[in-house]
Amino acid sequence: MSAGTPPLPNPPAKPQVKALHCPQCGASITLRSFQQAVTVVCESCHCILDAKDPTLKILQQFQATTGELPPLIPLGTRGKLRGTDYEVIGFQRRSIESDGVRYDWHEYLLFNPYKGFRYLSEYQGHWNDITVCKDLPVVRTGLVPSANYLGESYRHFQTADASTGYVIGEFPWQVRVGERAAVTDYVRPPRLLSCEQSSGETTWSVGEYTYPQEIWKAFNLPGKPPEPIGVFENQPAPATVSVKQVWAAFLALTIFLLGLMAFNDMVASKEPVFTSAYQLNPGTPKGEASFVTDVFELKGRTSNVEIKTSTNVSNSWIYLNYALISQDTGRAWDFGREVSYYSGYDSDGSWSEGSRHDTVIVPSVPPGHYYLRIEPEVDARHPLISYTVVVRRDVPVFRFYGYALVGLFLPVLYVTFKSISFERARWSESDHPILQSESD
Amino acid sequence: MTQPVSNCPNCGAKIVFQWSSSVQTVCTYCKSILVRTDVDLKKVGQVADLPPDSSPIQLNTEGIYHDKAFVVAGRILYQYEQGGWNEWHIVRNDGASAWLSDAQDEYAISFAIPGQTLPAALRVQVGQQYTWNNQTYTVTVITEAHYKGVEGELPFQYWDKTDVTFVDLRSPTGKFATLDYSDEQPALYLGEFVEFDDLKLKNLRQFEGWS
Repeated sequence: MSAGTPPLPNPPAKPQVKALHCPQCGASITLRSFQQAVTVVCESCHCILDAKDPTLKILQQFQATTGELPPLIPLGTRGKLRGTDYEVIGFQRRSIESDGVRYDWHEYLLFNPYKGFRYLSEYQGHWNDITVCKDLPVVRTGLVPSANYLGESYRHFQTADASTGYVIGEFPWQVRVGERAAVTDYVRPPRLLSCEQSSGETTWSVGEYTYPQEIWKAFNLPGKPPEPIGVFENQPAPATVSVKQVWAAFLALTIFLLGLMAFNDMVASKEPVFTSAYQLNPGTPKGEASFVTDVFELKGRTSNVEIKTSTNVSNSWIYLNYALISQDTGRAWDFGREVSYYSGYDSDGSWSEGSRHDTVIVPSVPPGHYYLRIEPEVDARHPLISYTVVVRRDVPVFRFYGYALVGLFLPVLYVTFKSISFERARWSESDHPILQSESD
Repeated sequence: MTQPVSNCPNCGAKIVFQWSSSVQTVCTYCKSILVRTDVDLKKVGQVADLPPDSSPIQLNTEGIYHDKAFVVAGRILYQYEQGGWNEWHIVRNDGASAWLSDAQDEYAISFAIPGQTLPAALRVQVGQQYTWNNQTYTVTVITEAHYKGVEGELPFQYWDKTDVTFVDLRSPTGKFATLDYSDEQPALYLGEFVEFDDLKLKNLRQFEGWS
């Protein structure tokens, strides 16, 4: 061959978006997924056409009801999802029926000529970003069946018979209105594993709950997305922290507080500085004059002072007007304490009220020389009452730890309660609702 | 590697084999299907125009799989009721041959596994399990496909086909198996699904309106 090799034939043309016409009504039809389209639906006369046939043979025509909702993302819209450009090429409404009520959701088919197909589903404002599973999930049957996918367990949510009610756009499979499939959902929020079975074929897909704002941003849609209604099967719980984490933090802080308490108790000197016993004989007239104690010394740093009163009252009371007085400065801390104790028997058995002991803490008392002024008050017909006064300085106070624990526990209770009610709402739509317990 | 060069017995065009083990090729100019014999090339058939498809892969697309570069040398095109798919014959630069299948932009790479006991086509049912190379696979779909044509170099003779049965199996670990009943002796291919981005493909087809 002296002439050399012939020139190369023209390379195959770039695949182009095809503009065609509906054989039924003449409306224009766009094929956006090139040769991938198997069926395409005329938007004006709702004929399902054979996209593989050059004459677009009519495969089915369906009646669209007047209340049919248009796609929230119009066909032909492009957006960027997880870093890849996708175009909306197909839209279908599917439904399940339960107790005579029809539940609708919408599916959007997305296409990229290199990455292939992806789906968005929308149910009452809740969106999922869906891809076909490459790995085969393993189903485990049991009281609540589960499916294992990529090493993670998904709980069975619902098995239902889904039927296609409305389609527009194009699909890489044979789509028909009225086609039914058994759909089984397994959830592991924020993911959803779905198994669809129809005519001998089983398809698994995995979806991820996607907030409507993300969809609106990805496709640059005008306005605001419809507000999601209720709790969706794989919607992540709204709390930013999990219930487990909150409990773990609570336990850790509790242990820390107990440690702090022990430390506080250990370092507190609890130093007794004054002890004295007194007696009130029966018949002592009411309002006996007050008296003062010996002077005692508070050493060390400024600290609290505990005054403990122990009495032998029984079915009687004593009221003590105390004043802690500084000999050095004359400053006085006044406080009154009532000690009363009553007990007896009735039809419910023995009972008691009050206590024979009383403790009061005076905070932040500077070191120095002090004495107590005590003014007892008793009932006119009182028995013999003896009482002991013990003064100690620098005692540990545990009350604040109690407040702290209650303060810590309240958010834990709140988060736990919110989580339980959220999960109850989620599972109420499933085949396995969380039953109300008997006491509720 | 010296590339064997000959001329098309039909039109005389130069035929260059990219891969020394190729058994069959298609003349780019006259679409004759050529089979290598010990001495020369023999025309065994003619490829009708391939139905248009929109795979982003084409002959001479290059990529990387498991750190080894490969080039697309040929393909077999099939159709079934839900569309079409390609089995791209890829050749690694170490000479090994494998298949990159592209079904609706879902990509998988597989290797022929000879010497296995394989079930007869009629016995296979969806849901059955088979174990090869210590991996259990579940039959997910049985496809009756129509052979639509070939392009480029293939490691075997493949041209006079019509309807072919394929059995697809999947494992829980992303592996898949295909039983190919296009010959009297079934053939087994084992492989795995791959992500488009991971293959780092170059020399891809362009699509109007997409960059």
